[in-house]
Amino acid sequence: MSATAILDAPARPSVLRVLLRRPEIVVAAIAVVAMLVIGTINPAFWSAGNLFSLLRANIVTGILALGVMVVMLSGGIDVSFPAFAIAAMYLTVKAMIALPYDGIVLPFVMATAIGLALGLVNAVFVHGLRMIPLIVTLGTGTAVRGFLLGAVGASQINIDRMPPSLIRLGGSDLVGVTMGNGQHVGLSAMLLVYLALAAIVHLVLRHTLIGRSVYALGGGEEAARRAGFNVRGTVFFIYGLAGALAGFTGLLHGSMIWVANPRDMVGLELDVIAAVVLGGVSIFGGRGSVPGTMLGVFTLVLLTNSLIIMHIDTTWQRIVTGSIVILAAGATAWRDRGRAR
Amino acid sequence: MSAAPTQAPGRTPDQTPAPDHAPDHAPDHAQDRPPAPATPVRTARPFWRRVDPALAQMAALTIAVFVLMAALNPEKFLRPYVFESITYVAPELGLLSIAMMLAMLTGGIDLSVVGLANLSGILAGLFFHAWGGARGPELTQMAPGPVALGILIALLTGAVGGAINGVLIARARITPILATIGTGQIFTGIALVLTGGPAIVGFPRGWGFFGNGQIAGIAVPLILFVLVAAAVWLMLGRTAFGISLRLTGTNLKAARFAGLRTGRTIFLSYLLSGVLAAMAGILLSGRTNAAKSDYGVSYVLQAVLIAVLGGTNPAGGRGSVPGIALALLALMLLSSGLQLMRFSNFLVDFIWGAFLLLSIALNALRTRRGR
Repeated sequence: MSATAILDAPARPSVLRVLLRRPEIVVAAIAVVAMLVIGTINPAFWSAGNLFSLLRANIVTGILALGVMVVMLSGGIDVSFPAFAIAAMYLTVKAMIALPYDGIVLPFVMATAIGLALGLVNAVFVHGLRMIPLIVTLGTGTAVRGFLLGAVGASQINIDRMPPSLIRLGGSDLVGVTMGNGQHVGLSAMLLVYLALAAIVHLVLRHTLIGRSVYALGGGEEAARRAGFNVRGTVFFIYGLAGALAGFTGLLHGSMIWVANPRDMVGLELDVIAAVVLGGVSIFGGRGSVPGTMLGVFTLVLLTNSLIIMHIDTTWQRIVTGSIVILAAGATAWRDRGRAR
Repeated sequence: MSAAPTQAPGRTPDQTPAPDHAPDHAPDHAQDRPPAPATPVRTARPFWRRVDPALAQMAALTIAVFVLMAALNPEKFLRPYVFESITYVAPELGLLSIAMMLAMLTGGIDLSVVGLANLSGILAGLFFHAWGGARGPELTQMAPGPVALGILIALLTGAVGGAINGVLIARARITPILATIGTGQIFTGIALVLTGGPAIVGFPRGWGFFGNGQIAGIAVPLILFVLVAAAVWLMLGRTAFGISLRLTGTNLKAARFAGLRTGRTIFLSYLLSGVLAAMAGILLSGRTNAAKSDYGVSYVLQAVLIAVLGGTNPAGGRGSVPGIALALLALMLLSSGLQLMRFSNFLVDFIWGAFLLLSIALNALRTRRGR
């Protein structure tokens, strides 16, 4: 919670107001209720296989959401990251096949570096040329995707040509359970990567100068500048971090699904933004936290992935996502009403 | 944020006057006509001084694109067919760009236009199929009455969708980006649920007339676009609503203190944007004889690009219809030229995106030098 929120707290806050101040609690409550309802409609929800696959679906969306959250904390928005993720993944896998190279660390360094470089391009436009982040990232995202498909390649790299090291990494399990029907299900070990990255982002945001300057920037650029924060450095850090996380996640995604598809992740930005908004991050910037975002991701994945288990046609998925964006953004706008008006 | 972030999410505080950073997006000719940017001051300045520099730059760019494409492949590009096909394809994108500009004038954005355009076409298509069957003469030779009813359904869909956006943004005070991302998903989602995925194919001939008909040898879509563009142009320059729209976008707080009903203005701008999106949906489904939930997805970027390239300030307050028309022409010439040179659609997408970034950079440099 930012300092201003504490300062302007009324003497005797109502329960509703306290709850809205802690979006994590509200989102957690929604998630618990949703799980109970879904589990009642179809008890198969509680099977280890389903729960493991739900958690697995959190990983990629969750890491991307960490990057978008940092951008939105600063008052910006990013719609270019799916294109960056896929570009980093496809270029890295192509390079690994061409060399040929079979390893893990260097490819992830390469994918992260590609994402970082593209993210810094966003920063140059947003800070250097003073353009609205949405329009900048719409442009960079389209350009990168168009370049990848038009100049690098539009064909999918299937499992038979994927580097074995990536397949081994993405296929590794944390724990395994053998179900009643003899089917073996495992919890992806990549969950640890997600949790570790979330912890790092959380610590950086809470306990470092650069993290505090992200919140300060979200509170108001001119105010942050006058308070002595390095606005330029912070903008480059924010978009660079979002790009680097996207590049890393792109390769992780490829290694988890064992396929490198340059047309993948189209439209994923909407899901990720929905999750971040649901987690209580205000687009006005300055408010929001890593735990809230993780809960937002969990709840969004829970709702959209449970449609089948509730016997609802998957064509409803977009309506669910769209409604979540509207409701969550409406609640956030209501919470922040009167602020900066 | 110091200004009014509810209506202007992307507005950086640099745009409010500060000692070390003068406003970057402020029109550079604002100093010599401060009170109302919408009412042109008639002075004795020579003609070339009265032309908006952004418009002049756009006109020069259009000519440059034309000359470049003609020089690169003269025998293919300089054919009547190329220009004729532009008159059919460009209007739907032009309408979406004007819709985008209207939202941007108040400092917002409308990312739901394409979803709404498709939903309008689909609802009308479902009505036609219910009235005249899925195929056969009953459908294709439908009487003007039901066709008019279908058009009404489509326009009403656009109006309702736009009104929902307007309520969410002006009343519930949701940021335009998030509100229209959300409604865009819902509109597309409803279209998907209604059709189950595949396109609705087969529209009455009377409906198709709006997408590929001709009046006196001129494409009907072009005539419609010119009429709508002229109406919006007049509305922006000559009506109280148009002036109120610009003032609201220039400075929300000042407009509110000046007694303008800013909430109503913002609501109406999204309503209008929705109706224009529905018209684009009519042209699109009329031209292709089909409507689908995910048609024209890349139109969102292209509409943003044309609006920005045409001199619209995405932070609000400035935008012109002639600028949009010129930007539309330049980009249609560019993309048809590239397609004739057998560029893949992906590379054309890349060039659209790069063009957007380039125009941002040029605008930034121009305003920087102009000070």
